[in-house]
Amino acid sequence: MMRGTLLIARLTWLETRRRKIALAALICGLLFLTVYGTAMYFGFRLARAGGPTGEDPVDAVGMRVAATILTVAGLYVVNFLVNAVAILLPIDSLSGEIGSGVIQTLASKPVDRAAIVVGKWLAYLLMTAAYLVLMAGGVVVIMRFCADYTAPAVVVPMGLMLLGAATMLSITIAGGVRLSTITNGIVAFGFYGVAFIAGWMEQILSMFGNSTARHVGTVVSLVSPTDSMWRRAAYELQPLATVVLQNGPFGVVSVPSAVMILWAALFSVAVLWFAVWQFRRRPL
Amino acid sequence: MPEYAIETAALRREFGRNVAVAGLSLAVPRGEVFGFLGPNGAGKTTSLKLLLGLVAPTSGGGTVLGAPLGNTAVRARIGFLPEHFRFHDCLNARELLHFHGRLLGLPARGLRTRIEALLLRVGLDDAAHRPLRTYSKGMTQRAGLAAALLGAPELVFLDEPTSGLDPLGRLLVRDVIKELRDGGATVFLNSHLLGEVEATCDRVAFVKNGLVVHELELANATGTLDVEMRVGHVDDALLEGLAAFGTGVQRDETFVRMHANSESVLPELARWLVGRNVALYELRCGRKTLEEWFVEVMGEDQRPG
Repeated sequence: MMRGTLLIARLTWLETRRRKIALAALICGLLFLTVYGTAMYFGFRLARAGGPTGEDPVDAVGMRVAATILTVAGLYVVNFLVNAVAILLPIDSLSGEIGSGVIQTLASKPVDRAAIVVGKWLAYLLMTAAYLVLMAGGVVVIMRFCADYTAPAVVVPMGLMLLGAATMLSITIAGGVRLSTITNGIVAFGFYGVAFIAGWMEQILSMFGNSTARHVGTVVSLVSPTDSMWRRAAYELQPLATVVLQNGPFGVVSVPSAVMILWAALFSVAVLWFAVWQFRRRPL
Repeated sequence: MPEYAIETAALRREFGRNVAVAGLSLAVPRGEVFGFLGPNGAGKTTSLKLLLGLVAPTSGGGTVLGAPLGNTAVRARIGFLPEHFRFHDCLNARELLHFHGRLLGLPARGLRTRIEALLLRVGLDDAAHRPLRTYSKGMTQRAGLAAALLGAPELVFLDEPTSGLDPLGRLLVRDVIKELRDGGATVFLNSHLLGEVEATCDRVAFVKNGLVVHELELANATGTLDVEMRVGHVDDALLEGLAAFGTGVQRDETFVRMHANSESVLPELARWLVGRNVALYELRCGRKTLEEWFVEVMGEDQRPG
């Protein structure tokens, strides 16, 4: 099982690299970092100079708050891109190979079908993780260079963002067992969209003490935990910022608990297990 | 060691209300080249997938190389060439074979030598560095054939192996099948090209509506002569006398027909008829081709697929 899993993971990695899928994602990511870096560079230079007229200098606390907000904003976009990568990389991996007949060649080898599913999942998770490290690392470095600001904690938030992306990866892999590529894409982005809206609904209505909305948000988070992982990551990034940003677009009013983190991990594994179970039963 | 490479009993597969394979009962001896024939939609490909474990049976069961259907480990001893071989087209043929070798669990030592030998055997040694996406259909099929042979399999499933191949490619497949048989491997050949089947197979099974309706030993079947004669007067005594020269004596308004074992019977038959003062206007013989067997077994009601 392990040998087969690693071989499939290697093949998947090789294919993604050769088909220039990873390169395209990398170029788009670097484009974002370039635009983000340019904006940060000129923005903070202007702030230090006291604005366009030089008469409104920003104090150290203001600079730190601005840097915190903009770091979280940058990572918010990174989180979206990482989730998009986790969905788009495997979108036609299984369904495409089933449709083209490639899977018959693989499945007729002495390899458990679970190895095919898990091998692909593993390869895509590693790629997503590499992409996350590059992009989030880019945001952190840009803020260090432009605003002299270092986020106090990045490893745990990045782990949470990766866990959120892993849930989307599992959903997309599982969808690919039975659904066509397009249908799978619609379903996967549907899961992401629902989590996104539910997260905002939970955030906004929690401020007004609406417990029903909060419960609905929690239930949706159970079905699609990716957004709750982002909110927990944002909280971990800078708990102080969450107080400052509470009413802003990146604030965290309702902080997902440690149980939700555990649930997200279980969710990823359970959906992956479901994909394996379905794939073993599926006629090829 | 089981006597049969493939043995199935009442293997059935349904897709919803559609019965793809109604009750496949097969026994393919080891070392035989076995042809699997039938019109489009007869359930041949689904049968093959059932044997390979790509599709699970709804009911019934069987063994392949002594292991129950769906067994994973036994696949290391099986080669398979799908009708339309496809693989990750970013790989070149050498990488494809290397990857297949590793999936088969072949040790790295010796794999490179085996790959080079197979590339040479299927005529892809010059193109082995090119990505599969640049290959013609025939080249892709030959790469698939090399992949099917990589593990020195005891049993090889070939699904329409010559589709997309030029005459030289077809000769290659024919030679490879002969080499496999000479090496003691069993070949399960699914093909529409009856000439190919006739040239390579020891035995064939005819499949219709998901059932094996007839099996034929080709060496015997195509060796039998169909004898046809037009004579002046036919009576029961004549028909009884003809039975001494062959089997299946039948008459209609114009001809008397029968089967004979060899051409050496014909002069004796002619002498016997003349000796009985029977007016002999016409005497001819011919061997039944596999195509004629196919039409006879499948019936005239089959529509072209």
